[in-house]
Formats: sequence, C-alpha cells, structure tokens
Amino acid sequence: MLESDIYTVNVGPIHPSTHGGLHAEAIMDGEIIENVIVHLGYVHRSVEKIAEGKTYQQYVPYTARLDYLATNLPVLGYCQAVEKLLGIEVPERAQYIRVIMAELSRIASHQIAISATGIDLGATTGLMYGMRDRERIMNIFEMTGGQRLLSSYIRIGGVAADIPDGFIPAVMSLVQDIPGMMDEYNGLMTGNEIWAARMQGVGILTPETAIQYGVTGPNLRASGIAYDLRRAEPDGIYHRFEFDIPTRNGGDSLDRWQVRIDEIGESGRIIEQALEGMPNGEISTRVPKVLKPEPGKEVYHRIESAKGELGYYIVSDGSSKPYRLHVRAPSFINLMVLPVICRGGVFQDLITNIATLDPILGESDR
Amino acid sequence: MEPLFINLAEAFTGWMISLGLDPGWAEAVLLVVKWIIVVTIITVNIIILIWLERKVSAFFQERLGPNRLGPFGIFQTIADAIKLLTKEDIVPSAADKLIFKTAPMFFIVVAVMLYTVIPMGKGMQVINLNVGLLFFISVGSLSTIALLMAGWGSNNKWSLMGAVRSVAQMVSYAIPLAFSLLGVVMITGSLNLQDIVLAQDKWWFVILQPIAFITYFIAATAELNRGPFDMPEAEQELTGGAYTEYTGMRWALFFLAEYTNLVAVSALMATVFLGGWQGPWLPSWLWIIIKTYAIILVFFWVKWTFPRIRMDHLMSFSWKVLVPVSLGNILLTGAGIYFCRWMGWC
Repeated sequence: MLESDIYTVNVGPIHPSTHGGLHAEAIMDGEIIENVIVHLGYVHRSVEKIAEGKTYQQYVPYTARLDYLATNLPVLGYCQAVEKLLGIEVPERAQYIRVIMAELSRIASHQIAISATGIDLGATTGLMYGMRDRERIMNIFEMTGGQRLLSSYIRIGGVAADIPDGFIPAVMSLVQDIPGMMDEYNGLMTGNEIWAARMQGVGILTPETAIQYGVTGPNLRASGIAYDLRRAEPDGIYHRFEFDIPTRNGGDSLDRWQVRIDEIGESGRIIEQALEGMPNGEISTRVPKVLKPEPGKEVYHRIESAKGELGYYIVSDGSSKPYRLHVRAPSFINLMVLPVICRGGVFQDLITNIATLDPILGESDR
Repeated sequence: MEPLFINLAEAFTGWMISLGLDPGWAEAVLLVVKWIIVVTIITVNIIILIWLERKVSAFFQERLGPNRLGPFGIFQTIADAIKLLTKEDIVPSAADKLIFKTAPMFFIVVAVMLYTVIPMGKGMQVINLNVGLLFFISVGSLSTIALLMAGWGSNNKWSLMGAVRSVAQMVSYAIPLAFSLLGVVMITGSLNLQDIVLAQDKWWFVILQPIAFITYFIAATAELNRGPFDMPEAEQELTGGAYTEYTGMRWALFFLAEYTNLVAVSALMATVFLGGWQGPWLPSWLWIIIKTYAIILVFFWVKWTFPRIRMDHLMSFSWKVLVPVSLGNILLTGAGIYFCRWMGWC
C-alpha cells in the first residue's frame, strides 16, 4: 500500500455545486473522504433579529426569502404561526388557495432539487428538463402574486388577492402533465446505468442516524420512516385530502432522489382535490392594521415544508413587534448529517450527497 | 470536382517551378502551404463546430441556443473569440510560470499534429506515412502531458486533481483504444491509412469489426475527455479541473485543442471503420467530411444525454470490460483470418 498524506479540499463557499454559500471542508486521503466539516454563515442575514424590529405584517416578505425555491411554504408557516398566536380564523376559500400554492411550491422546490442533482452529476440536460417544467409554476405565481420567485401572496388572515381568471385552467393543465414529467425525469436519469451507479449505495443514511440528527422531510422518508407533518400534525385543512407518503428503504442518494419524484406526483393529487373542493367566498378575514398579541404569549407552529419540518417559535411582549422569533430550519438540521453520510466515500460522492440532501442556504444560515 | 484540391496543388507547384524555383524547394513550399491551409481549416471548422454543439445541445434541452448574432446566431462564436482574445491574461503568482504558459501551446500543437496523417480524400494527405495509424495513436496520447503540465503548473488543488485523473484515465483508455484498432491492422496488414481506406472498397470495417468499433468509440470518448468521461474538467466537481486557473486565450487554446482532437478522432474513426473517403457520386473529400460530422454528432448526442461517470467506475470499466473485450476481439479476428485462409477465401 502506498503511503499518503491527509489533505483538505475546500468545496465552497464559491463552487458550482454547493447550492449557494455552503462551505464544506473535505479532509481527504487520496480520493477517499475521511471527514467533512460544514462551515455555515456565508448567507447569514440576521433574519431572526430583523423580526424584532418589524411589525407582524411587515415581516411576511422576509420569510419568503428563507426558502426562496419553495417561496410560499415558509410564508405559509409564518402566517399560520401568527394566526395561532392571535387566534385568527382563515376563510375556507383562502385555505384551499393556500394549499394549492403550498403544493405548487413543493413541486417547484423538488424540481429544482431534481434538476440540480442532474447538473451536479454532469447530466446537463436533466437540469433543463426540471427548469422547463418549473417555469410553468413560476408563471402561475406571477399570475397570483405579481412576482415570480418571491411572491408574498399568502398573508396573515388569508391571501393577498383572489385568484385571477386563467389560474384554474393553468393549474389544471399543469397537474395533468405531472405524470408525464415524472416519466421524463425517470426516463432520462433514474433509468440510466451511470446514474444508478453513481447514486446507489452512496451516502447511506440509516433510520437511526436520521432520527438522532433530527433529519426530516424527503431525506427522512427515503430512510424508510413515513413521517410527514401533513399527516402527523395537519396544519390548515390538510386532513381533508387523500394522499400517500412516498417512502424508500435504502436511505441512499437514489432513494432520496426517487422520493422527491414521487412526492411531485402526490402533490399533484392534493392540488387536484383542492381545485375540486374550492368553495366561493371571502379570501381573507379582517385583520387589524396593528396586531398586538397578549403579552408573554408564545407559540410554536410547524409545517411540512419542501425540505422538512419548518417551525416558527414566536414570543410576544404585547407590542406590535415580536419579542423573539426563531426559525427551525430543516435545511440546517439536514445538513448536519452530511459528514456522517460522506465518510468513506470518494470525492465525487460528496457532490452527490450535497445535491440529494437538497439544502437551501437561505434557510440554514438565516 | 473530384481532383479539385489535387489539381490546385499541382497548379501551384507548377507555377512555382515556372518562376524558376528548384522542384525540391517547390515541394517544401507546398508542404508549408498545406500546413497553413490545414490550420486555417481547423480553426474555421471549430468555429462552426462550437456553434453546432450549442445549437445541438439547445435542441436536446428544449432551448433556443445562440440566436442573436447573425442568422441562427452563427456569428456568436466569433464574438466569443474576440471576447476571449481581449480578456486579461492572468498568471497566478504561485504558478510554475514556464509550465503554466507552455501547457496550452503544447496541447494545441499535439492536436494539430494529428491531422498530418488523416487522408482527407483520394491522395489528399499532408504526409502519406507508412506507420500513420501508429503515429496517430502515439501523438494522440501525448495530450495527457499537456493536461498534467496545466494541472501541475497551476499550483491549485482542483487543477492537480483534474490532471491526476486525466493521467489515470488516459493511461487506462489508451490500451483499449490501440487494441481496438489492432483488428483492422491485422486484416489489412498495413498501418498506412490510405491502404486501410483502400482495403474497405467492398466491406467497411464497421461490418467486419463491430465490437472494435464500439470499444474504440467508448475509449475515444474517454481519450477526448468528453462527457460522460469528462473527469479532468468536471466543472461541477473540480470547478474546471486542469483549466481552473486559465483565462482568456490560454483557456481558449485548451478549448480549441479539445475540438481539434474531436474532429481528428472522428475523422480517424471514419477512415478506419466507415470506409474513409470512399463513397458513390460525391467527391471523396466531401464524403470524409460527411462521415466525420456524422460521428461528431453522435459524440454530441452521448455527451448531452449521459451523466458523468464516477472515477473508480471509470477505471474498473476500462480494465474489467474494455481491455478484455478488445483483447477478445483480437483473438476472434485472428481466428477469423486463419479460418478464411484455410477455406481459401482470402
């Protein structure tokens, strides 16, 4: 055996495959990874501290920038947390619109995860397939909120405006095309020999490790644990919909990838049901201009975001601004498992693992 | 149309002799002119090829591709070339300057040298070398040294990793590459590329040597550093590998050399397996161009479909699959030739 020295390679913070400002310090023995040290904070914007200086309504657009790829989900979580704090009831129609927007965001986020995995593994065409389909969701967001990426369309008490004409046909045609999209992703990538060889058995996350580290979302479900907050602790009206929780048993990169593709299909089913059941009526309750919750009241609200369990902890001191706000960011917690699943793999597996863990740095650094 | 270029060359030589030049010197001048033409054609061809690859990849990915500059964006590459020429030339302060600067030049020179032996038509060749095939294989594998120079000279971990990968890959794939061509050499009994073309007047060697054709195609993809074997570059992992530290025209030279290699290898494939310049109706120089471009399009197709293979899989694929298969092909060819002679067919 040839003797070799340990050396470090800094993957990031400026690197094509780190999905933002992630800095993973890989400690390597030849091509084998001995350890990975994750350095965070390159995208730190003091989002939690900013909340203390903003009123409850003013803070809504900041939450959209937490997980900018699934923009409606963090907004939904925050609005529901504030509604819980103040005891605000949301009208039925708004609830259905929220579900549609949330599931569209989930699909958009998973499509980015799928395309980014494609480009990270060198399948450039895979990137374009996901992006092409995501574009349609962005157009729908533009219809409702006027903004494509960061539409703060969901507001405290409901949504900002009623859905425009042409919204329902656009969503309908998108939902109908979802099985075709999934076939294309599977056909181009999942079925590919090289793809399978690069993903199978790479970055195995055992269910025990996943629970120890508090991993949630598709990453946990790929390890065989059917835990989804939409089923375990349904927020809003999620208990009315019929959907399956896709799981896989291996916990490797291929399983994480396939769980995401399957979840796109399930989200499509939820949207279909929501479109059918949507009633007419108000789109928002009357919410006072200045929100003043009871002093000392605190609330923790969690939803199933595209990346996992997204929680908001808000403490009120009776003023119009939160006394303290904390975000339980799923990406941050999911990223902590990166060193564990990378050890013993080769350098290229690190890239695969980052891609399939699908972290979003806006959320993990906050 | 057929002897167009040969007539031109003869007319040029005749004109020089009529000016009172010694025939020996006229030949030498003609060789220089031939080289200038080859280099010009390579450059122009690459400008078209880069545009073509962008358009083809855009077609695969449901994009439009370049479409602003000129009809169908054909002048985009020229604009890019001007941009690259005017960019600042950065040499990292920690780099080994001599090696860093010579690596791209070495790479392009080696790539251009490959064209010396390729028959681009009936009797059209820069030098009709009797060991043409051997020359092509040996010069082709020299490009590894250029990549190693770039990786070492850059003094950057990414570059060095890319260079080390490149060396490992080239050493592993040069063997099946040479072995795949050996079957053809056994049948023709010659390393001269014109002889190999002439031997295909009845049957193309792709029919007689289908296994060798496939193994050569795979090994050539690896030798060209094209996807799915683009390990030395690997933008998403090694941030550009051996080319990470290069800017402007130095980087462009690598890029040009890669395309030059692509055309050369495709032309060799057309020569050895697809009957070279032979074909009905059209002039021979047009046939080789058509065949070469057909192979290049297959290379594009492969690159824009497959993800990148992992390094250890790459190595085991070469040693465990390609080498045994190409060795088996040699055995099969030998048995076939023996059988053929025994039956008195050839």
